Amino acid sequence: MADAAASTKGDLTLSNLVKEFGDFRAVDDLSLVIPEGSFFALLGPSGCGKTTTLRMIAGLEEPTSGKIAIGPTDITYAKPYARPVNTVFQNYALFPHLTIFENVAFGLRRRGVKDVKEQVTKVLELVELAHLAARKPVQLSGGQQQRIAVARAIVNRPALLLLDEPLGALDLKLRRQMQIELKWIQTEVGLTFVHVTHDQEEAMTMADTIAVMNEGRIEQMGTPVELYESPKTVFVANFLGQSNLVKGKVESTNGDDLLVNVHGNRIVVPANRDFSTDNHERSVLIGIRPEKISIEHPEANTLGGGVITDISFVGVSTQFQIQMPWGQELAVFEQNDGGASHLQKGDTVSLSWKPQFTFALDGTADIDAGTSVNPEEE
Amino acid sequence: MAFVAAVAKRSGNVRGIKRPSTPYLLLIPGIAWLFMFFIYPLINLASTSTQTPAASGEVGAYVQTFRFANYIDAFSGARDQFLRSIVYALIATLLALAISYPLAYAIAFKSGKWKNLLLVLVVAPFFTSFLLRTVAWKQILGNEGPVVAVLKFLHILGPQSGLTASAFAVVTGMTYNFLPFMTLPLYASLERIDPRTLEASSDLYANGITTFRKVTFPLSLPGVVAGTLLTFIPAAGDYINATLLGNPRTKMIGNVIEARFFDIVDYPTAAALSFMLMAAILIMVMVYVRRAGTEELV
Repeated sequence: MADAAASTKGDLTLSNLVKEFGDFRAVDDLSLVIPEGSFFALLGPSGCGKTTTLRMIAGLEEPTSGKIAIGPTDITYAKPYARPVNTVFQNYALFPHLTIFENVAFGLRRRGVKDVKEQVTKVLELVELAHLAARKPVQLSGGQQQRIAVARAIVNRPALLLLDEPLGALDLKLRRQMQIELKWIQTEVGLTFVHVTHDQEEAMTMADTIAVMNEGRIEQMGTPVELYESPKTVFVANFLGQSNLVKGKVESTNGDDLLVNVHGNRIVVPANRDFSTDNHERSVLIGIRPEKISIEHPEANTLGGGVITDISFVGVSTQFQIQMPWGQELAVFEQNDGGASHLQKGDTVSLSWKPQFTFALDGTADIDAGTSVNPEEE
Repeated sequence: MAFVAAVAKRSGNVRGIKRPSTPYLLLIPGIAWLFMFFIYPLINLASTSTQTPAASGEVGAYVQTFRFANYIDAFSGARDQFLRSIVYALIATLLALAISYPLAYAIAFKSGKWKNLLLVLVVAPFFTSFLLRTVAWKQILGNEGPVVAVLKFLHILGPQSGLTASAFAVVTGMTYNFLPFMTLPLYASLERIDPRTLEASSDLYANGITTFRKVTFPLSLPGVVAGTLLTFIPAAGDYINATLLGNPRTKMIGNVIEARFFDIVDYPTAAALSFMLMAAILIMVMVYVRRAGTEELV
């Protein structure tokens, strides 16, 4: 136990992990490999099983079945204190009766490390709070407490650092700042970070790899760019950013392209961006991100006859709501570079975009999956 | 503190010229009550403690002569009972702590849906009279009772010995009677502990025992201090347990004071003993609270 933190390094492997609470299956046959040294995010709405997964990795919850291993070492049933894993808890869970110094030194002292003072001072300098070492946690602001929680965990040099919604309690501005800081700390110390969050922007800012979770399963895993540009499910398309999804029917293929009939318009989808798995009656959902659409700049894919129902100016861009002839509302984000400034509510417009931005998903899927999810705090 | 003071000052300024007098009016009944039933008797008692018998020689008649030697006389006459009270109260307090801590811990962390029922059960003995409960211990510990039978069967107790009318019985009774005063504050402070700090401790390489020593126990200290005070203070002055469960050699200071007041009608000695008991408890409590350092805790 003394050198638990140093003994195993390596990739974290979850194999067929299942956790049931009574009849409820919180984590459903989850398998994934998190490479050593990566910044990995588990992203999903509350109740998707991401926190349960994290707690199983930390040893605070025992899996119903499946296996957890770091490198070659099976830690599925190891006690939390015997794992080379440390956690940054959602509400920091600092020890209120100990000073900041003693909070950070806690893990080192338990492992009988020799140069406690030196190591604690060093990590407090890393989070730039060395001057607060003698204070108690209540005397610190939320952001400072958050950094101490990180310091308390990373000072132990764990094989794996788990972060459970670590920024959830901070205000937006501080959260953005801490995201950058955490990312910097991760590169600085080179540990594997597993970050649980419901905030897609946070996950995209920080993580190398994101696994989007829904109902105890992983919907899709990949880099932020992959997930954003090529969502493979409706849930991912809607949960990560915003997507316009429109029903269509594949009419034919033309070389490497699918030709899709969308309410009478012909839309071109590159075959390698057709992510539909169930080609039942060739019905698909075609998807396009709002910022990829331009209003009245003709491109190969065009949907005409839309009426602007709402315009909101948000600084760098203007967001339009456009009602299509078949009743559906689509979103368009235009850069504020002067191109769309003349547009007004009630104008009839055409929406155009390049075929390579289009993607196709299963036509039978629920078009609203991942949209009505309210990412409130757990 | 500085912050509170600053806020108080500011709100005072905001209210401006006219301060509302309602809070002071509301304090009047309480202050009057305290004065009539606490301050006045206390002064009266202080005055009695230095009186000497009246020249008439009439029983119960005393005059004020400011004889402070009363204190020395009183103490030298009741030194054994004084020390015994402190020792019994200490033992009873430690026993109550040892019994209550696991109980309070279990109720706070492990009881689940039974929590409220268990708390009611802790308080339930208060529904019967203190005297009755103490007398009941006479039967529990009596020669025909189950405790003696078991101890005799195990040969821990000789065939001729018993448990009643002994120091053991007095301390047992005191421990029992003050258990709820120990359990409830302990429960309150344990229940306030964020379970995530315990998880954090185990996440930071502390096993169950270390987590208890380094996190749970320090965080429950306010409850420990409150519980031990609520047990020790009344236990040190108690005389019911010694009267009902003890023998002449287990008399406590409470018994002496009672006898002086009501049987011998020696008011000055009784008053002097009361004051000394009060002073002794106050000093011990102050030293204890300072050493426990509870003001450092959140």
